[in-house]
Amino acid sequence: MKKKPWFLSIAAVLGFTFLYAPIVSLIVFSFNESKLVTVWSGFSTKWYGKLLEDPQILGAAWISLKIAFVSASLALVFGTLAALVLTRFGRFFGKNLLGGMVTAPLVMPEVITGLSLLLLFVAMESAFGWPAGRGLLTIIIAHTTFCMAYVAIVVQSRLVDMDESLEEAALDLGAKPARVFFDVTLPVIAPALISGWLLSFTLSLDDLVIASFVSGPGASTLPMVIFSKVRLGVSPDINALATIIIVIVALGVAIASTQMKPARDS
Amino acid sequence: MTGAQAAPPLTKTLKFIGAHGRALVIGVPMWWLIVFFLIPFAVVAKISFSEAVIARPPYTSLIEWTGEGAMLLKLNFSNYAYLIEDSLYILAYWSSIKVAFFSTVATLIVAYPMAYYIARAPERRRNVLLMLIILPFWTSFLLRVYAWIGILKGNGIVNNILLSLGITSEPIVMLQTNFAVYVGIVYTYLPFMILPLFTNLVKLDNDLLEASSDLGARPMATFFKITLPLSIPGMIAGSMLVFIPVIGEFVIPALLGGPDTLMIGKVLWSEFFSNRDWPVASAVAIVMLVLLVIPIMLLRNAQAASAEGSS
Repeated sequence: MKKKPWFLSIAAVLGFTFLYAPIVSLIVFSFNESKLVTVWSGFSTKWYGKLLEDPQILGAAWISLKIAFVSASLALVFGTLAALVLTRFGRFFGKNLLGGMVTAPLVMPEVITGLSLLLLFVAMESAFGWPAGRGLLTIIIAHTTFCMAYVAIVVQSRLVDMDESLEEAALDLGAKPARVFFDVTLPVIAPALISGWLLSFTLSLDDLVIASFVSGPGASTLPMVIFSKVRLGVSPDINALATIIIVIVALGVAIASTQMKPARDS
Repeated sequence: MTGAQAAPPLTKTLKFIGAHGRALVIGVPMWWLIVFFLIPFAVVAKISFSEAVIARPPYTSLIEWTGEGAMLLKLNFSNYAYLIEDSLYILAYWSSIKVAFFSTVATLIVAYPMAYYIARAPERRRNVLLMLIILPFWTSFLLRVYAWIGILKGNGIVNNILLSLGITSEPIVMLQTNFAVYVGIVYTYLPFMILPLFTNLVKLDNDLLEASSDLGARPMATFFKITLPLSIPGMIAGSMLVFIPVIGEFVIPALLGGPDTLMIGKVLWSEFFSNRDWPVASAVAIVMLVLLVIPIMLLRNAQAASAEGSS
């Protein structure tokens, strides 16, 4: 390969700066003493203290974590099943439909997904009385639905890369399909399952629009609380919250990527 | 299978799963998505034909039972007529398409050199760079949009730098403009463009590039005659991954845009939450879906093309 043109390197450096400058600014100004978020007036950690005393934010964070944990786990199961069916089950009635339903939620504008699910829940409630009212349960159903699409895509690409002869060998040796899945397929796709779950967890934790539509009184998620605060202007305790989230995510991704290294070599 | 006698119901369940395993494994994700993804669209379509009333739920039923037990289907097109009559909606659709189009082009221009750079990097560095592209995607989207408020506002970071360098004498108004909306969109959707482009560019056959340069083509000619045409599927896939969700984007125009930033996602939101007119909100959603049919089909085709290329 010939040496790269200089403008390519410059474009890449500018691009990465563009990606990271806002994140760095969030972190830096979370330690700013002044209430005016962007005017530096001295180092302080007081906004972190203030954050930990805010019952509204803490309550919403707890609700969001519960929703994210359950949704990510359900999405992992359903998404993996969808990926398995699409890559290993040959042809069956409705395969194109399933493929379409797995891709579409990824690009569907959130306002449409949110509105349509809310209207479904309302129609179901008046038809069979379930789900009674809206809250945690309806948010979990909504998040499971869009997260399972992400899991399906991640797992599907891993299954496509995987050497199918391993599974065929196990089947030839007389193992039942379920046994082949748990003993042969599952260990190979485990890294994809971990990243699918983590991705679902963060997507659920982050969702504002869909949750706003399908949530009910008393079930305000963290993004809903952040949004209502941010609409009134910047506030330093939100910077502190952002910093905490960024640190947790960076740690999680770092741990996950060291866990995945050996699997990639195999 | 030691519990065969002890727990007959469990054995029965296991046997049932064994016998119907294939149908069950297909059925679970299929029915979940049919019930919670497909049917909701039918519900939205249905409600878009009903009338808004002050009640719970706030819309009329399409089917009425007359006294003699006959069924009466009342389709009400007034919500769609309203969308055409009130210029607000047509303007909002048009402006969403415009914003989505120009921000997709801008994202492509920023993403292409980055994707190319990463695809041509040595393999070890490539993985680190890819990780750096994906990492921001994992941190909160809402908070990353929020970060731009601090950067772009009147006494924000950019204005502070410009003022202290003496480039401007008074702050430039950037927040609550369409410019801020474009910056926010390019910023948040950049990874969606880079990743499909990268997957496409990394598969590019080096022999083709070498053959071209051996035959005397200059690097620029090689790029425009070989690399660029071969990366069209990646460009289409990335562009659709940006264009489609941006059409209905709510958070970015709500936080970074001004009162005159007209986007259909914002209109739908206020129709639903402020005006509480569910039937009109449904009609807005249905028209948006119709607009998105062609882009979604383009995306499906581009993804199918790249899947065939890799196998």
